Amino acid sequence: MGAQLRVYRQKIKSAQTTKKITRAMELISASRIYKAQQRVAASAPYSRAVTRAVSAVATYSNVDHPLTTEPARIDRAAIVVFTSDRGLAGAFSSNVMKEADQLTTLLLSQGKEVVYFLVGRKAVSNFGFRRRVAVQQWIGGTDLPQFDTAKEISDTLLKAFATDASEGGVDEIHVVYNRFVSMIAQVPEVVRLLPLEVVEGIEAPVGDEVFPLYEFEPDVNKVLDALLPVYIESRIFNSMLQSAASEHAARQKAMKSATDNAEKLIHNYTRLSNSARQAEITQQISEIVGGADALSTAGNED
Amino acid sequence: MSDKTIRVELVAADKAVWSGDAKMVIAKTVEGEIGLLPGHEPMLAILGAGEVRITLVGGEIIKANAEEGFLSVEHDVVSIVARHAQLV
Repeated sequence: MGAQLRVYRQKIKSAQTTKKITRAMELISASRIYKAQQRVAASAPYSRAVTRAVSAVATYSNVDHPLTTEPARIDRAAIVVFTSDRGLAGAFSSNVMKEADQLTTLLLSQGKEVVYFLVGRKAVSNFGFRRRVAVQQWIGGTDLPQFDTAKEISDTLLKAFATDASEGGVDEIHVVYNRFVSMIAQVPEVVRLLPLEVVEGIEAPVGDEVFPLYEFEPDVNKVLDALLPVYIESRIFNSMLQSAASEHAARQKAMKSATDNAEKLIHNYTRLSNSARQAEITQQISEIVGGADALSTAGNED
Repeated sequence: MSDKTIRVELVAADKAVWSGDAKMVIAKTVEGEIGLLPGHEPMLAILGAGEVRITLVGGEIIKANAEEGFLSVEHDVVSIVARHAQLV
C-alpha cells in the first residue's frame, strides 16, 4: 500500500470514529430535549398560579414593597448569567456571554457598577480566562435543574438586593438566559428581575380579567412578603428550565452538523483514496510493462 | 348539603400534584386550619406546613403534605401552591 493511500485511509478512519461519537451525542440530546420540554411544561402550572396571585395582590393593594420600588439611584447592578456545564453545544454559552457583555457595556455607560452571578461551568471558565471575578457561582446540574438550586440562587439574589449598595449589595438585578423557542431556535434573552415589574408576568392573566376582591390572610403586606420571593424563585427556575431545554436543542443541532461534516469528510477522502489506489495500480502496470519492454529489448540486442 | 363542588388544584414547584372536584378542602394556613366549602369568598392566604385534606364528592379523603406556599380561592377554584407538595 502506498504512503498516500495509507494517509487517506487513516483520515477516513478518524472521521468515522468522530462521526460515531457525534451521532451518539446527537441522539442522546434529542431524547433529552423531550424530557426538558416536559419539565418546562410541568412547572408551568406553578408559575402561572404564582404570577396570577402576585398580579392579584398588586391590583388590589397600593402597597409599596421594597422589591417593587425603584431605588432612588442605582449604583450597582448585578447580572445573572445562565450557561451550560458542558460544551459541544454550538454557540449556546457564547451567545449568552455575548449578550451579557453587551448588557455590561450598557450598564457601565449609565454609570453603574456591574457585578456577576454565574450559573454553569462554561460561564465560570469564561470568567477565569478573562480574569474577571464573579460574586458567586453555581456549577453542576445545568442540564437537569433542580428547584432547590433555583431557591438557593434566588435567596442569594434577594439578600444582595436587600443589602445597601454601599455595603456591597446591588440595586438592580438582570438575568441573561437562553429562551427555548423551538428545536431550531434558542434566543438569548435579557430580563430585569429586580426591582419587579409585576405587570409583565411569564404568562399574563388572560385578557381584561377582573380579579375578585380577595380577603388576605393574615394581611395584605404579609401575603405580599411571602409571595414576591416565591415569584422570583419561580422566574429563576423557569429561566433554568428554559436554558436546559435550549442547551439540549443547541447540542443536538451542533452534533447533527458535526455528523454531517464527518460524513462529508469521509466521502471526500474515500474519493481521494480511490484515485490514489487507481494511480498506484496504473503506476505498477506501467512499471511492469516498462520492465518487460526493457527486458525484451535487452534480449533482442544479444 | 348542596351538590355544589369546588375545583381543587394542588401544585408543586416542578409539577401539578393533583387536581379535581371536591366537596371540601381543609388546609393549614399560618393562622391555623381553614375549611373551604363551595361558595367561599375569594381569599389569598399563606400556607403553613401541614396536611391538606380534600374530601371528594364520594366522601373519600385525599391527603397531601404541602409546605411553603400559599392558597388562593376564587370562583369556587382553590389553588394550593407550594414549593414542596406530595400526596400521602
